[in-house]
Amino acid sequence: MLNVGKIEEGFVLDHIEAGKSLSLYHHLQLDKLDCTVAIIKNARSNKMGKKDILKVECDINMLDLDILAFIDHNITVNVIKDGEIVDKKELILPREIKNVIHCKNPRCITSIEQELPHIFFLADEEKEIYRCKYCEEKYDSKK
Amino acid sequence: MRHLMNPLDFSVEELDTLFELAMDIEKNPEKYADRCAGKKIATCFYEASTRTRLSFEAAMINLGGSVIGFSDANSSSASKGESVSDTIRVISCFADICAMRHPKEGAAMVAASRSSIPVINAGDGGHQHPTQTLTDLLTIRSLKGRLNHFTIGLCGDLKFGRTVHSLINALSRYEDIHFIFISPEELRVPDYIIEMLKEKNIPYEEVIKLEDTIAQLDLLYMTRVQRERFFNEEDYVRLKDFYILDKKKMKAAKEDMLVLHPLPRVNEISVEVDDDPRAVYFKQVQYGMYVRMALILTLLELV
Repeated sequence: MLNVGKIEEGFVLDHIEAGKSLSLYHHLQLDKLDCTVAIIKNARSNKMGKKDILKVECDINMLDLDILAFIDHNITVNVIKDGEIVDKKELILPREIKNVIHCKNPRCITSIEQELPHIFFLADEEKEIYRCKYCEEKYDSKK
Repeated sequence: MRHLMNPLDFSVEELDTLFELAMDIEKNPEKYADRCAGKKIATCFYEASTRTRLSFEAAMINLGGSVIGFSDANSSSASKGESVSDTIRVISCFADICAMRHPKEGAAMVAASRSSIPVINAGDGGHQHPTQTLTDLLTIRSLKGRLNHFTIGLCGDLKFGRTVHSLINALSRYEDIHFIFISPEELRVPDYIIEMLKEKNIPYEEVIKLEDTIAQLDLLYMTRVQRERFFNEEDYVRLKDFYILDKKKMKAAKEDMLVLHPLPRVNEISVEVDDDPRAVYFKQVQYGMYVRMALILTLLELV
């Protein structure tokens, strides 16, 4: 079993679907932060069989949890201070996300006007459906 | 300041007020002849449209205002690469209100977000065409006296036809509407509309043959199969003449059924039907102008 040390201040993102940690790393723009990050892939999990974990040593105000909730709201977010878990954050699907995903509809105005922000709104909370603010095309992560 | 992007931007009560105004304009046009004196509408049409553009222009002229604008993207700064956001900021300096048609979906919304004058979406690709829906609703309301308790058949291209989608959404807010969708398998109404109807418990049927259902209808909304929505010419050719409404089919229809069509019509309504008093698609064009007059007055707060 691989051991990764404790962090003093930051986040432990637990219960990430196995294999998703790297895409999460990029979405959270952790590559742009000058901080220690541990990416643990395929860790054993009683609940999920296999899971990924991200440990990020950073100021706790630096992460955008809206993005995290959009990617997977089942992720457990442990907030660490002085080496201890001080909070567990519940992720709620954001009403709106900006410049996280791009509209792939070739008929959308964003396809020709590059400077426009790509904004998606939560159209159906139950079914977790996001639609482009401009053309209302449903976001399909498989496209 | 308000814009019109989607027919649902107005509540049922606000639509009632708008339709009352449109009907008063129809009855007493002289009362409104100078209401927009000194005002200008900019008709910014990035793609060709005869009916909608002329309807907006006629509406403004009938209100005593004047018109500036362009009728295709090549005669605008878009051909030089100017963005919609920049164009509307410039137009805002010249005009009091703008009607915009653009082939890209969401273009009018981008314009509205940067504009200092009211913007009317005059069609954005296959997305929305709210003033057509207002036209359809006003036609039904004026000729039937109500917008509830109907069985309405929508026939033709129910997949790509934005006017159809908007009309279903708009009518679903009224009581006791029964939809019958008449289309070939390939041009069925999209799933998200069916889901919306199921959620609201609104009755609907999907059928292929117009003959089987025409006798039940209070309203028949015909649509054209649009070549520009197809990527494959073969599919278009196969489906374009799937429905042709003629005198024979009209014989089976109720005596007070109304036939509507957003126009242009190609082959889907035979010209022999034009003289039938139930064929109201040319009257519909006139109602389109009245509702645009009412809309201009409402958005300019000149009521």
